[in-house]
Amino acid sequence: MSCAYLLLALSLSVCLGYAVEVQRPRGVPLSKRQFYEENKPFTCLDGSRTIPFDRVNDDYCDCKDGSDEPGTAACPNGSFHCTNAGYKPSFIPSSRINDGICDCCDTTDEYNSGATCQNTCREMGRQERELLQKQAEIAKEGFLLKQQLINEAKRQQEEKQGKLSEMQTNRKTMEDKLEALRTVKEVAEQPEKEAKERHLKAWEDQKAIIHAEKDKAKMAEVFLELDDDEDGYVSVAELQSHSELDPDSDGALTEVEAQGLLGGVDKVDASSFETAWVSIKEKYISESQADSAAVDPPAEETRQPVPDNEPYPEDDPVDEEDENEDDDEDEEDYRDEDGDKPPPSVHTPEKSEPDEDAMPPYDAHTKALIDAAQKTRDDFDEAERALREVDDQIKSIEKELSFDFGPSGEFTHLYSQCYELSTSEYVYKLCPFNRVSQKPKYGGSETNLGSWGSWAGPEDSLYSAMKYDHGTGCWQGPNRSTTVKLTCGKETVVMSTSEPSRCEYLMEFTTPAVCQEPLPDHVLHDPGEL
Amino acid sequence: MAAPTDRMGLLLVALLPVLFSIADAVDRSNFKTCDQSAFCKRQRDVKPGQSPYRALLETMELSEARLTLQLINDNNKVRLLLELYRLQGNMTRVRINELKPLRPRYEVPDVLIQEPPTESLLLLERDEHGMVLSLGVDDQRLIINARPFRLDIMDGPKVLLSLNSRGLLVFEHLRLRKDTKTEADAEGVENDVEQNEAEKVEEVEEVTEEEEQPGMWEETFKSHSDAKPSGPSSISLDFSFPGVDHVYGIPEHADSLKLRTTDGGEPYRLYNLDVFQYELYNPMALYGAVPVLLSHTAERTMGLFWLNAAETWVDISSSRAVQGGGDAPQTDVRWISESGIIDVFIMLGPRPTDVISQYASLTGTQSFPPLSALAYHQCRWNYNDQEDVQAVDNGFDEYDIPYDFIWLDIEHTDGKRYFTWDPNKFSQPREMLQNLKDKKRKMVTIVDPHIKVDSSYKIHKEIRSKDFYIKNKDGGDYEGWCWPGNAGYPDFTNPEMRAWWATMFAYDQYEGTMDNLYTWNDMNEPSVFNGPEVTMHKDALHGGWEHRDVHNLYGFYVQMATAQGLIQRSGGVERPFVLTRAFFAGSQRYGAVWTGDNAAEWGHLKMSIPMCLSLGLVGISFCGADVGGFFKTPSPELLVRWYQAGAYQPFFRAHAHLDTPRREPWLFGPENTALIREAVRQRYTLLPYWYQLFYNAHRTGQPVMRPLWLEYPGDPATFAIEDEFLLGKDLLVHPVTDEGSHGVTAFLPGEGEVWYDVHTYKKHQGNLNLYIPVTMNSIPVFQRGGSIITRKERVRRSSSCMEDDPYTLYVAVNAQGTAEGELYIDDGHTFNYEKQNQFIHRRLTFTEGSLSSSNLSPDSQFSTASWVEKVIFIGVPKPSAATLRTADGAESPLEFEFDPASELLALRKPGVNAGADWTIHLR
Repeated sequence: MSCAYLLLALSLSVCLGYAVEVQRPRGVPLSKRQFYEENKPFTCLDGSRTIPFDRVNDDYCDCKDGSDEPGTAACPNGSFHCTNAGYKPSFIPSSRINDGICDCCDTTDEYNSGATCQNTCREMGRQERELLQKQAEIAKEGFLLKQQLINEAKRQQEEKQGKLSEMQTNRKTMEDKLEALRTVKEVAEQPEKEAKERHLKAWEDQKAIIHAEKDKAKMAEVFLELDDDEDGYVSVAELQSHSELDPDSDGALTEVEAQGLLGGVDKVDASSFETAWVSIKEKYISESQADSAAVDPPAEETRQPVPDNEPYPEDDPVDEEDENEDDDEDEEDYRDEDGDKPPPSVHTPEKSEPDEDAMPPYDAHTKALIDAAQKTRDDFDEAERALREVDDQIKSIEKELSFDFGPSGEFTHLYSQCYELSTSEYVYKLCPFNRVSQKPKYGGSETNLGSWGSWAGPEDSLYSAMKYDHGTGCWQGPNRSTTVKLTCGKETVVMSTSEPSRCEYLMEFTTPAVCQEPLPDHVLHDPGEL
Repeated sequence: MAAPTDRMGLLLVALLPVLFSIADAVDRSNFKTCDQSAFCKRQRDVKPGQSPYRALLETMELSEARLTLQLINDNNKVRLLLELYRLQGNMTRVRINELKPLRPRYEVPDVLIQEPPTESLLLLERDEHGMVLSLGVDDQRLIINARPFRLDIMDGPKVLLSLNSRGLLVFEHLRLRKDTKTEADAEGVENDVEQNEAEKVEEVEEVTEEEEQPGMWEETFKSHSDAKPSGPSSISLDFSFPGVDHVYGIPEHADSLKLRTTDGGEPYRLYNLDVFQYELYNPMALYGAVPVLLSHTAERTMGLFWLNAAETWVDISSSRAVQGGGDAPQTDVRWISESGIIDVFIMLGPRPTDVISQYASLTGTQSFPPLSALAYHQCRWNYNDQEDVQAVDNGFDEYDIPYDFIWLDIEHTDGKRYFTWDPNKFSQPREMLQNLKDKKRKMVTIVDPHIKVDSSYKIHKEIRSKDFYIKNKDGGDYEGWCWPGNAGYPDFTNPEMRAWWATMFAYDQYEGTMDNLYTWNDMNEPSVFNGPEVTMHKDALHGGWEHRDVHNLYGFYVQMATAQGLIQRSGGVERPFVLTRAFFAGSQRYGAVWTGDNAAEWGHLKMSIPMCLSLGLVGISFCGADVGGFFKTPSPELLVRWYQAGAYQPFFRAHAHLDTPRREPWLFGPENTALIREAVRQRYTLLPYWYQLFYNAHRTGQPVMRPLWLEYPGDPATFAIEDEFLLGKDLLVHPVTDEGSHGVTAFLPGEGEVWYDVHTYKKHQGNLNLYIPVTMNSIPVFQRGGSIITRKERVRRSSSCMEDDPYTLYVAVNAQGTAEGELYIDDGHTFNYEKQNQFIHRRLTFTEGSLSSSNLSPDSQFSTASWVEKVIFIGVPKPSAATLRTADGAESPLEFEFDPASELLALRKPGVNAGADWTIHLR
C-alpha cells in the first residue's frame, strides 16, 4: 500500500539572495502555507468542509477542490507546487505526482515512484538566464533598429505624402492641358474628315458608273444568249430553257412564270428586256456554265455557283469614320493604326480588275489635312499617356499608404521586399503585404501559397502574425494559405517553413519590427525565485 | 488510412482513368454486382425447386464420429461426397466435396485453431427414404432425406434448420475445357480423370449435357480479364430457419445490425476490398469478411460458419408461412462461393452465449491486448516529422489530456518503403521513441504488405531472392500499383514467407525501433490500385492455388505474421498489438480491426455501432471506427460526439485524412477541449473494467461490446436495437449521434432490473424506454443494478502511469440488494499471465450487507501495489456502521458519507491491497 504520510517539505527558497527554510506540507506553495497549520483542523480552501490535519496529504481526496492533497495524486483536480530552487517555481497537475516521470526540475514530484530523477534546476536556471540574456540583447538591439525603422518609416511616409500631393497638383495641370489638346485635335479633325468624305464620295460615284455600264453590257450579252432563234426577241419558250429562273423553286419554270418574268408579255425585244433582266439577273446562269449547272439536280444547290453579287468589299470606310466619332476615346488606338491610310482593299486580290475596287490615293490637299490632324492626335495621346502614368503612380502611393504597417509604421520597410528560404526541396519566398510562394528547387513552376490577407495575431498582439490566403487551390482541398509568425530578431529573415496541416503553411519570420522595449536591467538580473 | 485517395488519385489519374472518381461517395461502377460476377449470376439464376441431388444411402459409412455418404446429381451424374460430424459443444459440421475432383479443391487451413473434437454419432433409424441420427443433446436429431437430398436438424418435433430444402445445392464440378478436352484425353491425364470419364460414359444416356455459360472459362470486368484456367468451380447451398425473423453477422458491411432481406436487391458480399468512400446501408463488400451468421429467436440462437475464403455472396430472404394455424416467420439463407468446398459448421446454441462459445472453440478468442492498447490512440495521416510528433505529445500534456499511442501513417517511411524511416523527417526514430517512452507512451507505425519494387530496397531484394512474391498467371512476380508505385505482394499464405516476415520486426532488422513501437497493417485486402475492383487479379498464383481460392485470407495472414514478429522480437515475452484493416474468421487472435476509411458525417458515427456489434458477434471484439471520421472535416460538435461515443467503443483512435485540417483535441476552443478531455478521462477511469472485459473475451470469446439481445435474448424489443449497446453485461451506453440533439431515448432492458445513470446515480427501472435530455456534456451511460464495476479515478497522462494507482469500486445493487463483479490485474503487457499464471482475478460479491473480495484463481500469483481507495454503493439504505475485516481477521471501522437523495454511500479509504481477501460489513 502506498499511503503517503504527512511529509513536511524542507524547501530551499531563494528570495532576495537569502535562503529561508519554510516548513509546509508537500506541494503547497509559500503563498498558501498559512492555510496549512500543523495540528490544526484543515478547512478546504473552498470552505466546503473541515478535516483533521492528519488527513492533509494522506492520499485520499476529502476536499472537492483538491486542496487537502497538494502533495499526492489523490484529487483529480489538485495541483502540486514545485519550488524548483535555482529555477522557476511551477505548478503541475497532481496526476503527475509519482507517475514515474520527472516533471519538477527539483525532483520533488517523484518522491515515491522509484523514478530516478536528477535535480536539473540549477542547470536549467543557468540556461534560462543565458537565454533571457541573449533574448534581451537581441531585443535591445532589435528595439533600437525598430526605432530607426519607425523613423525611416515616418520619413518615408512624409515623403510619400509630399510626393502624393505634388503629383495630385501636377495631375490637375496635366488634365487641363489634355483638355486643351483635345479641342485642338477636334478642330483639326473636322476639315480632315470632310476632305476624306469628299474623296470617298467621288470614288463611290465613279464605282457606280462603272458598275452600271458593266451590267448593261451583261444584259446585252444575255439577251443575245437567250435569243436562241436570233429573231431579236426573247420569247417565253426561250426563257423556259433556264429552269434556274423558276421563281417558286418547284423545279419547273412554267409558261406563266416565264411570262411573268418577261413582264406579262410573250416576248421582249432588246430595248424592253431591262425589266426582265432586273428580275432574272440574280438567278441567271450563263449558258456557257449551264452544263455543270444541269448536272446538279436539286434546285437548292444550284444557288451555290451563283457568283457573289455583292459589289463591294465589306469594309466601308464611311462607317468606320462614323464609329470613330461616336466614341473617340476607346477607338484611339484603332485609328492610330489606319486612320491616315487609304481604305484597305483586302478582299480583292483575286479579282481580275483590282483597280476598280481600290480607292485612289488622296489628293495633296487632303493629305495635308490628314497630316495636320495626325499631329494633334499624337500630341493628345502623348498627354493622355502622361496623365495615366501619373494616375498609376498616385494609385500606387495611395495603396502603399493604405496598408496597416503597424502602430508606428514599423513594418513599412518590409513593403515591396521579398525574403527567401531555401529548404531541401523548395525555395520559399515571402513578399510581405504581397504574397508567399514556393518554387521547387529542381524544376517545376511556382505555387502561390497565399496573397496578403490581414494581420492575424491574437487580440493582445495583433502584429505578431500575418495571414496570406487564397493561394493556389489544393486538389480536392482548400486554397493554400500561410500564417507568418513574427518574432523579434536583429535581422529580417525567414527562419523556417512548415505545413502543419495540408495546404496550410506556417512560416517563422524574424524582424526587428516586432521587438518590444526591453525590460529595465534590474528586472533581468533579479529573476525572482530563479 | 486509405483507399486510393485524392493524392494518389491525382498521380494515377492519367494511368487509370477508370479507377478513380472525384465524386463524394463510392464509385459503385468500380465494384461488381452479382450480375457482373459470372459465378454469382449463374448461381443466382438457379431458382428454388426440386434438387437434382440424391443421397446414395447404400454408400453410407459410419465410424465413431463421422458419417460419409455419396450424393449424385441426377442431371450430370457427378458424385459428391458428404461428410457429417458431430462436434463437441453441440455443433454439427457438414462438408461436401466432389467425390473425385479433377484436381484438389481448396480447403481453408490455419483458421480453425485445431481439428475440432468430435463426438459419436448414433444411427437411430434407417429406411430407403433416409436415415435419422442422434445429435446427443436432448432430443436433437439429424434427418437425412435421400431423394431429393436434404438435411434437417430437429429438436423434438421442431425443425431447427434445413439444408437444401430449397434445392439450391449447386456444386460446379471441375471439368476439362471442351475445346481442349480431346487433347487432354489423348494425353491420358490422371487415372482418376479417366475413371471419372469412364463412369460418365456408362451412364451417358442419362446425362444431361450441361450448357457452357458465359464467364465459365474467362471473365472480364472493366479492362481486367480473369483467365480462369480451372473453369467453373462455384458452390452454393441453402439453409432454412423456420420460425426465425432475425439474423445477424457476416461482417463487414456498412449496414444495420439485423441483416435485411436481399430479395430483389444485391446479396451481401464477402470479398475483402479497399472501397474508396464507402456508402452506408449497403450490402457491398468492404475490407474484411467473416462468413458467420447468427439466427436468433426468443427461444433459440444458432449460428452458421461457412468456412470458405473465396469470393462469397449471401442471399437472405424472409417469408411468413402459415404453420399450425399461426403466422410463422422463416428466414432462408443462401451461400454462394466461387471455389473451394462446402464446409459449414452449424452451431446449435441454444443460448446466444453458447453460439459464441461454440464459434470461439473453432476459431479461437480475442487476443488479450496490452492494457495500453485499450487506452486512447492519437493518429493522423500524417504527423509530419519528429518535431511534429514532439509538439503533439507536448500538446496532450499542456491540455492535460491523456493518451497512450501516437501513430505514424505512410509518410513516415522512406518513399513508402515499409520498415524504413524518412531520412529527413524522421532521422532519429530511436530518440523520438525514447522521448515517448520517457513519458510512458508508445507509437505505432504502418507496415503495409505491398513492397516497392526497387532493387536497392532490402525487403524487396530478400523477398525476391527467396521467391516469396505472389506470381501472376504467367509465372512472373505479380506486380501492381499501390502507394510506392510499382509493388510486389509477398505470399503471406506461405508459412515460410510469414516466418521470414516475422523476423523483419526484430530490433536489429527494423532499424530505429524499440519495444514501445507497435504495428498497423493497412491495405491488406490486398489493395491494388490498378487491379480489378482495386484488388488482386484472381488468376494470380499462391504456389499451387489461385488468388481466387485464398483472397479473403490474405489480410488474416498479414496480421498473423506481423503479430508473430512482435512476439518474437521480445523473445516471446511481450504481447503484440497489431491493427488490421482486412480480416477473416479467426483474425481476432491477432489484434484489433477498425472499420476503415469512414467519413466525418453523423451517419458514419451512427454506423460505427452496428459495424462493431456485428464484428463482436463473430469473435472480433477489438473493433473501432476512426474517431472524427477519416474523410472530410467534422464540425466541432461531431468531433466531440465522436470522442464521446469512441470513448465507449473497444478500439479508441482518432484519425484523419491528409487533406483535412488538423484536429488535435485542443484546436476547437477551450469548451470543446474540455468536452473531449472529459470523454477521454472517462475512458481512462474505466480501463480496469475494459481490461477485465478483454480478459474475459480472451478466455471465453464473449464479446466486449454487445448488442442488447445477447444479454436479453428473450426480449424481442431488443432484437433490432443498434443505437445503444452493452459493454460486458453491466454498462449500457447510448451515445448521442444526432446533430443538435437535445435528448435521446434509451431502452433500458430487463423486467425487474434497475439501471443507474453513472453520472447522476439516478435509478431507473428496466424494461422501459427512457428519455434522457442531453447537453454537449452528456454521454448517456448506465450501470446495471447488481453489478460491481472497478475504476481507477486518478487519471494520468498515460495508462502506464496509472499502473499502481488505487481502485474505486462502484457497487450498484439490484432489487434484491445484491451485486457482483470481477477484478483482473496483471502486469499489463506480457504473456506471464498465461505462461506463469501471474495475475490476480478476484470475485467481488455484495450480499446481505457484506461486500467481499475472493480469489477466482487460486493457482495464480501476482502482487500489485494497487489498493482500494474508495467503495461507492449505489442504491443502498444508510448503514449505522461499516467495518473492514482483513484476511488476518483484524477488523477496523470505516468512515463513510451517505447521500439519501441518491442512496449513495461512499466508504472512505478501506486501504486494502487489491489482490487481498477482505470483507466489508454494512450494518
